[in-house]
Amino acid sequence: MNQWLNDSISSPWREKLATPEFTHSHQFDDNAQQFEAASLGMWVFLLTEIMFFGGLFCGYAVYRSQYLPSFEAGSRLLNVGFGAANTAVLLASSLTMALAVRAAQTRKGNALMIFVLLTMLLGIAFLGIKFFFEWIPDWRDGVVPGLHWVPTAEVVQHVAGRAGAVLPRVELFFCFYFFMTGMHALHMVVGLGIMTYLLLKARTGALTSGHFAPVEISGLYWHFVDIVWIFLFPLLYLIGGRY
Amino acid sequence: MSEGTVPVRIYLTIFACLLALTALTTGVAFIDMGPLNTVAALTIAVGKMLLVILFFMHLRHSPRLTKVAVLAGFFWLVLLIGLTLADPLTRHWTPGPSPWDGTTTQPQP
Amino acid sequence: MATMVAEPPRVESRVNYLNASYGVKSWLLTTDHKRIALLYLVSITFFFLIGGIAATIIRLHLISPTGALVEPATYNKLFSVHGIIMIFFFLIPSIPAVLGNFLVPMMIGARDLAFPRINLLSWYIYVVGGLFTLYAILAGGVDTGWTFYTPYSSTYSNTHVLATGIGVFISGFSSILTGLNFIVTIHKMRAPGLTWFRLPLFIWAHYATSVIQILGTPVVAITIVLIALERVLHVGVFDPKLGGDPLLFQHLFWFYSHPAVYIMVLPSMGVVSELITCFSRKRIFGYEFVAFSSVAIAVLGFLVWAHHMFVAGISIYAGLVFSILSYLVAIPSAIKVFNWMATIYKGSISYDAPMLYALGFIGLFTMGGLTGLFLANLGVDVHIHDTYFVVAHFHYIMVGGALMGYLGGLHFWWPKISGRLYPDKWARFAALVIFLGFNLTFFPQFILGYLGMPRRYAVYPPEFQVLNVMSSAGASVLAVGYAIPLIYFIWSMRYGPIAGPNPWKAKGLEWSTSSPPPTDNFEQTPVVTEEAYAYGD
Repeated sequence: MNQWLNDSISSPWREKLATPEFTHSHQFDDNAQQFEAASLGMWVFLLTEIMFFGGLFCGYAVYRSQYLPSFEAGSRLLNVGFGAANTAVLLASSLTMALAVRAAQTRKGNALMIFVLLTMLLGIAFLGIKFFFEWIPDWRDGVVPGLHWVPTAEVVQHVAGRAGAVLPRVELFFCFYFFMTGMHALHMVVGLGIMTYLLLKARTGALTSGHFAPVEISGLYWHFVDIVWIFLFPLLYLIGGRY
Repeated sequence: MSEGTVPVRIYLTIFACLLALTALTTGVAFIDMGPLNTVAALTIAVGKMLLVILFFMHLRHSPRLTKVAVLAGFFWLVLLIGLTLADPLTRHWTPGPSPWDGTTTQPQP
Repeated sequence: MATMVAEPPRVESRVNYLNASYGVKSWLLTTDHKRIALLYLVSITFFFLIGGIAATIIRLHLISPTGALVEPATYNKLFSVHGIIMIFFFLIPSIPAVLGNFLVPMMIGARDLAFPRINLLSWYIYVVGGLFTLYAILAGGVDTGWTFYTPYSSTYSNTHVLATGIGVFISGFSSILTGLNFIVTIHKMRAPGLTWFRLPLFIWAHYATSVIQILGTPVVAITIVLIALERVLHVGVFDPKLGGDPLLFQHLFWFYSHPAVYIMVLPSMGVVSELITCFSRKRIFGYEFVAFSSVAIAVLGFLVWAHHMFVAGISIYAGLVFSILSYLVAIPSAIKVFNWMATIYKGSISYDAPMLYALGFIGLFTMGGLTGLFLANLGVDVHIHDTYFVVAHFHYIMVGGALMGYLGGLHFWWPKISGRLYPDKWARFAALVIFLGFNLTFFPQFILGYLGMPRRYAVYPPEFQVLNVMSSAGASVLAVGYAIPLIYFIWSMRYGPIAGPNPWKAKGLEWSTSSPPPTDNFEQTPVVTEEAYAYGD
């Protein structure tokens, strides 16, 4: 494995490996300051993401307070099993991500790459479950607002069965369902891109020579996307009064 | 990070807790507790979030500045949702029908 | 009128950030915060011209009550373009991206910002956003107003809402990244000995501004995404047919757009603190009060947004809450004005151009702020909402306040930025022309609003014509006033006398290095041992 690692490194990186310890960028005074700045910078960026998703959560809160029966009816149309499974998948990916950061800290290049790869696979699994087992069936049921809102008779009957629920408000629920899970999925795809970058950089050994900040801050981003889902799952899937 | 790394078993324990809480919140959704269902779901979600933030995102070991920043972020989110909700939730306090509750017809264009 | 004596000119022989490297690539791929500041300076001046052209056509059109110049549909596009360009592409970046980028590292004794490449990225993002919006304008414009109210913007308008929205959305990230950079830099990269309460108030102001940029801009970003989704998918969350609430759009929009006005004015207040102290040769009166007021404005500014919605249909109880909070937000601004006045009192005052702009700021901002109190009053607002009273109010703050601060700062730090002095008499003349032109343009609008002329109307009753003509005449004077500095700044870059490191004999770390500064700002990292504004009484 190490042989493969060293053979596949191109020459500029070979030079960098000759001095394995990382040197900080010129605007900083030392490595510690650079790490702290990078970490704070990513946390501040995550604050902006909290407010970005926050707008969607705000809209959700406003309409749910007005139209609870319709939102409950819409929620019951979602598949709790897949939602819970996806939650577990994403939580596992957070675990593997945390272990990846730890591997970078302890300078274990192979472990780092394995855990980043696992994180990516779990992320792809999440998106796969979402797309194939939730969104495609939603399309078949005709509950995709704007693109394909032709609810089947089954759906209509289910909605009519809940007191106070009306189809237009259920359409509003599905607007939020798709906007919120869609925006979340978009962030997951970006996360996969970041993981790919980490994987490529890890191959050169640049991440296991004392400078693990890129892994740490990528981890922060990945965990944040997980946290958004931690809230999306109950708010979208579990409000339906499934009793 | 200048201090030592977090042991693997901590990560595994936290993960197990997160799975357990997921099972819990899913299970509770099938029990009728009225308005408490929402409270329970959100409480459990906040708990899961805290586990991820404190342990996976290393906030426990981060400088106090970072902790303050995160708190500020959540406070602002609460501000956004809370103060915005203050409007639609109080529109019906004034007695009398309004177009927003379906008791009068929409004004004609 | 006493003026400062400039230091004897020096020969400009050393290598500085301007001549350290040559060629287009060295500018377009720079990571030097000072060069990026100049990139922004050029871009925002360009957009100021675009917004100014729109304003010119508007004021020409309004000379006649029946609207002689453009069709009403075109008029709608003109005021929309004017607002969008001036707010998102001029005012919001102006001081932070030009003066902030240039000065924040220097004022704290750092070699650069924390993330220089992100700094460059934020400029490119700004340019891309601007290009999208320019395309939208050239393709036919947008007529929703800069406020994009639904359902007109999401459903009924057939103008280029999507392209404009994308442009604004993209430029928002430029703002976010600048704010992020400043927050991390100010927290993590201060020179040894530079404690928080020794920082220049310019830094406090930019810190507060950055907090607003971080927490507010993402909300308007997601709101624009929602409008875009409505337009593209023909369904949406603001559509009453589905039970959607157009007011939800307004809440989400104004949650950012009210704090946005503090993004525009807070940095300007920071500049004024620097100018007032230097040109009164006095320490700032009440340093902590001014510093905390900046933070208070940033925080309180997030709590008042629904005062834009008093007559939109919000509940009366929400209206009461927001009205009270809107009165409260005036307090920290007033505290600042009192402290500036106390600083000037018994100071050794010189009336150089930067000081003229600072004094103009204090007077005009105070007028704008006081008229804001009228608008914060629920009862009065019913009558003056959506009239020219509002238009005058915000122009007093944005132009009489923010823009004057920007110009004052540009004059004050021009010697540092370019190494040259601008012609002093022309500068003071231009400042006076701007002040007079501004008041002639916008004071009549207070009266027009009080008399009931609505805003955003292409035609008006003939009895309002005299005031409109006065306003348009003022606008032409204002345009001349803006052109003069453009000319002499460019002139000074080649023919202006050499400035030397500290022509104003000002305090502050940026004045301890050469003009223009070397690429890494300081020969050695400075160590700070004295309080800010140690001018000595």
